[in-house]
Amino acid sequence: MLSLSHFLILGAILFAISVVGIFLNRKNLIVLLMAIELMLLSVNMNFVAFSHYLGDIAGQVFVFFILTVAAAESAIGLAILIVMFRSMRTIHVDDLDSLKG
Amino acid sequence: MEFKTFVFYFLAVIMVLAALRVITARNPVHAALFLVLTFFNAGGIWLLLEAEFLAIVLVMVYVGAVMVLFLFVVMMLDINLDRIREGFWSYLPVGALVGILMLVEMVMVLGGSYFGLEAMPAPAAAAESYSNTRELGRVLYTDYVYPFELASLVLLVAMVAAVALTLRKRKGLKSIPPSEQVAVKREGRVELVKMQAEKED
Repeated sequence: MLSLSHFLILGAILFAISVVGIFLNRKNLIVLLMAIELMLLSVNMNFVAFSHYLGDIAGQVFVFFILTVAAAESAIGLAILIVMFRSMRTIHVDDLDSLKG
Repeated sequence: MEFKTFVFYFLAVIMVLAALRVITARNPVHAALFLVLTFFNAGGIWLLLEAEFLAIVLVMVYVGAVMVLFLFVVMMLDINLDRIREGFWSYLPVGALVGILMLVEMVMVLGGSYFGLEAMPAPAAAAESYSNTRELGRVLYTDYVYPFELASLVLLVAMVAAVALTLRKRKGLKSIPPSEQVAVKREGRVELVKMQAEKED
């Protein structure tokens, strides 16, 4: 029988994986954005699980809003990435040192 | 093992493996495709939780829109893979340490003693006429109508921002502004000149 902790621990595993992904891919902005998407997914997993086990639909409404914000965030992030590539011809984090003293 | 439990473990194992491949894949295109697999399995798990509408929305929005965006961007950019991967594994020890610590702490809290079946019994099966989509829509358009409008505003601003960021004027383009083209009068194009007729004597 599935209990709430099954889903919560699955969300925790996903969150930990995406934290490790942010550590590993600190030079790769695209995979960093993907790791952030994974993090939001794990949070959404918790919301849906609690919504089901508590019988409260409000959790699913929150997932709806998080999806909206995540889609907007990734669209703007990728647009910034494209603008950066167009002006600097690179997306390497090491080359982004124009603010360095 | 119950069938639902089997489906849960099946989806969860594929999901975790795909998420691991997302963060370790060498090629960003592969990472994006594994992210699609992760989201698809998450949609399956949400179906197990009887959140049908959100499961379909997750597949449509993420697999259909966001991932296509990611793939477009990845294929548009010229990425030097060797440079981006340098020092990739050097941060693994500290990253893995932080990740495992976080996981252990969270599992200690989220484990069976607080959120098990005794503490949180599974909800009774929904009535035959219950529709997740209808219920969500009812709440969304009554109690949460103001946040809903704000969410649409967020999307609008994001869309305008994305277009405005990537819009650029190219130099040397030989197009005519349509407003000027429409506003042209006959006098601006044709000039009638009165002149003496030539005569042959």
